[in-house]
Amino acid sequence: MSAIPLSHVLILASILFSIGFVGVIVRKNTLFILMSLEVMLNAVGVAFIGAGSAWQQADGQVMFILVLTLAAAEVAVGLALLIQMQRRFKSLDIDLLSKLKG
Amino acid sequence: MNLSTNHLIMGLNPLQLMFYFSAALAIVASLKVITGKNTVHALLYLVVSLLAVAVCFYLMGAPFAAGLEIIVYAGAILVLFVFAIMMFGLGQDETLNAPKSHSFRLSNFNLWVGPSLIAILLLTELIFAIESSLVQEKLTSHIIDAKQVGILLYGPYLLAVEIASFLLLAGLIAGYHFAKPEGISLDQKGLDQQKETGGHL
Repeated sequence: MSAIPLSHVLILASILFSIGFVGVIVRKNTLFILMSLEVMLNAVGVAFIGAGSAWQQADGQVMFILVLTLAAAEVAVGLALLIQMQRRFKSLDIDLLSKLKG
Repeated sequence: MNLSTNHLIMGLNPLQLMFYFSAALAIVASLKVITGKNTVHALLYLVVSLLAVAVCFYLMGAPFAAGLEIIVYAGAILVLFVFAIMMFGLGQDETLNAPKSHSFRLSNFNLWVGPSLIAILLLTELIFAIESSLVQEKLTSHIIDAKQVGILLYGPYLLAVEIASFLLLAGLIAGYHFAKPEGISLDQKGLDQQKETGGHL
């Protein structure tokens, strides 16, 4: 059993997750939305590591490594899309993408 | 010895106190990421937030995950962000908005003092954790090292590792495809036309 209670770790994870979620909803700059997504994925990692250390199993860290891989792939695709968006609209405002046909 | 009795009076062990401290730093840095105006400064706070979370991982008894967090997140993914920002050319706006008077140096100081202050706090906490024998004794009792993770990763989770490699390959190809300049396809078409006309002539 870890010295830090699991409930406190989960509280930290949920606070970080809600901060990231608010950022995704509120911000209009697409780059900030990607950064908020990073914060959210990081919060998920905190929850996995906390659960793994509470039960003394290495599975939590394995899931954290998989989340890390997912974050890397997601950021690569997202930033490439942002470069394309900057090239077409000369702006990173997400509202410019509200029309699907263009 | 004096330290331990002091913490016993407070009812919390130093490990817990340090965890709460770095958790608070992570929350503050994440809030600064969300509310920031300048992209580069928000990125700086994001790095600090990831470092604080890495200290949390270390205190939770997962030093391998803490190292991965710093190497992969703060070292690789954030560099990707910096490259993208360099391609967007947002740095020009920043120099335009900066005041040109003698207060320039002071405002410049205000920009980096926040993240560096949080980073210094995290560094002192980490040094205290490494140095203090009380904390080390508590930490080593419930540690999950890289060996256990590796055995699990290449045993029951082998299929997940393969799928993750496919995901990374898909990310690589999609990144190449989306970031490719549109001129390439046009050039290709022009080249084909040239070839056609050349054959016709």
